[in-house]
Amino acid sequence: MIGIDSELIREIVARDKRIDNRSFDEYRNVVVEQGVVKQAEGSARVRIGNTEVIAGVKMGVGEPFPDTPNEGVLMVAAEFLPLASPEFESGPPGEESIELARVVDRAIRESKAIDFKKLFITEEKVWMVYIDIDILDDDGNLFDAACLAAVAALKNAKIPELDEKQAPVYEKKGTQPLPMNSIPVSTTFVKIGNNILTDPSLAELEAMDARLTVGTVNAGDGIQFCSMQKGGATGLAVEDVEKILEMAERKGDELRKKIK
Amino acid sequence: MKEQMIKDGLRFDGRRFDELRQIEARVGILKNADGSAYFRLGDSIAIAGVYGPRKVFPKHQEESERAILRTRYNMAAFSTTERSRPGPSRRSTEISMVTRQALMPVIFLDEFPRTAIDVHIEVLQADASTRCVGINAAALALADAGVPMRDLVASCSAGKIDGHVVLDIAGKEDTEGELDLPVAYYPHEKKITLLQMDGLASQPEIKDIIQLAIKGCEKIYEKQKEALRKKYAIEGEV
Repeated sequence: MIGIDSELIREIVARDKRIDNRSFDEYRNVVVEQGVVKQAEGSARVRIGNTEVIAGVKMGVGEPFPDTPNEGVLMVAAEFLPLASPEFESGPPGEESIELARVVDRAIRESKAIDFKKLFITEEKVWMVYIDIDILDDDGNLFDAACLAAVAALKNAKIPELDEKQAPVYEKKGTQPLPMNSIPVSTTFVKIGNNILTDPSLAELEAMDARLTVGTVNAGDGIQFCSMQKGGATGLAVEDVEKILEMAERKGDELRKKIK
Repeated sequence: MKEQMIKDGLRFDGRRFDELRQIEARVGILKNADGSAYFRLGDSIAIAGVYGPRKVFPKHQEESERAILRTRYNMAAFSTTERSRPGPSRRSTEISMVTRQALMPVIFLDEFPRTAIDVHIEVLQADASTRCVGINAAALALADAGVPMRDLVASCSAGKIDGHVVLDIAGKEDTEGELDLPVAYYPHEKKITLLQMDGLASQPEIKDIIQLAIKGCEKIYEKQKEALRKKYAIEGEV
């Protein structure tokens, strides 16, 4: 793939245009497919434009954290597979992969979408929910694709039945869905020059001044914000942040509709 | 039973909603580092040491047009209630990353091509908002090292406890509160260089929390400047 010059991107954006003809508040084509991995308790494949990720949910029985003995445990990890980009190398997770996993985790955890108390089995035994996100193709905005895939996989997940030793019976597909009472969603925006753009492509991320990823959730009484993460080597004005918060509410709802 | 976090309009440590903890800032505290600083916010303490601009090792990391900024945030094993295992964690890796991005916007990196500026932050005592304390120390250490900057970066947190918007999250306000929002800011251009949030709030609440955090940053900025003035004031001169 030939890299698109950052100077060119900035010039085009300054003329109120994007290289793929989208408007500044338009997402690329978003496709969500659930139940794509048979062995996983839940799974989803998400494409945003050319960016593609798969998330799998595996569930096991384990010990709760000492300060929350009656609650299940959530763990989110991400792998930036070398096949996804010439920039990704094999090996232990790099800082970007760690940041992505933690930001997706934050959006889901802080949204209170999962009722962890319902994942309690018995004393010292709770359901462990492992979400693993595999990046298959990087054309930018991995945060939103990864979060969408993780949440779609959670929505798709069925809790395995337990045998008499309280071990999961993986061979039989469970019937009880994972208890989720709302849908958290991540929306990412970048500042390029004086403009704010949603769903940045890889070239737009490389040309950007700053990035703000915002998590929103459809709580009972309207939209609430559950996570924020700024990135990039340039500062943002308060007005920029406020504009992004406003756009995040709207775009978040659009993405939310993609999950069944 | 969750302990009541607000009593008679005051927080668990007696502070008002918009009150920062006690600040202590000192510059030039280490002999070997090119620049160093100590910053305390209540019971959260960090020291920072800066080396650079200096030659880049490994060489393949160097950039031909500018200096690279490398930042490491680390927590001392004895800094937390339970001993934390030495070495980087996923959390400290993320914080190192956002700290670097918090400092980059103010440094004139273009002036030192093919060099590295290394910032090392060690949290000695952790009582919430440690990334903010680290950034405050790092900014002072960079100034102490003579690294040319547009401005100092000041950082503090704000959040929500029992539905009330509060400044400078401390101790159990972190674990028992509803929202934590750390910010880093440089007043000269009124720009935000670090912004993270975990918790649950509406849009108007978030806007209020950000404004409060910025006010806190402005107060911390004054203390940072004071610390630099103290170090560089010449005896007998005003």
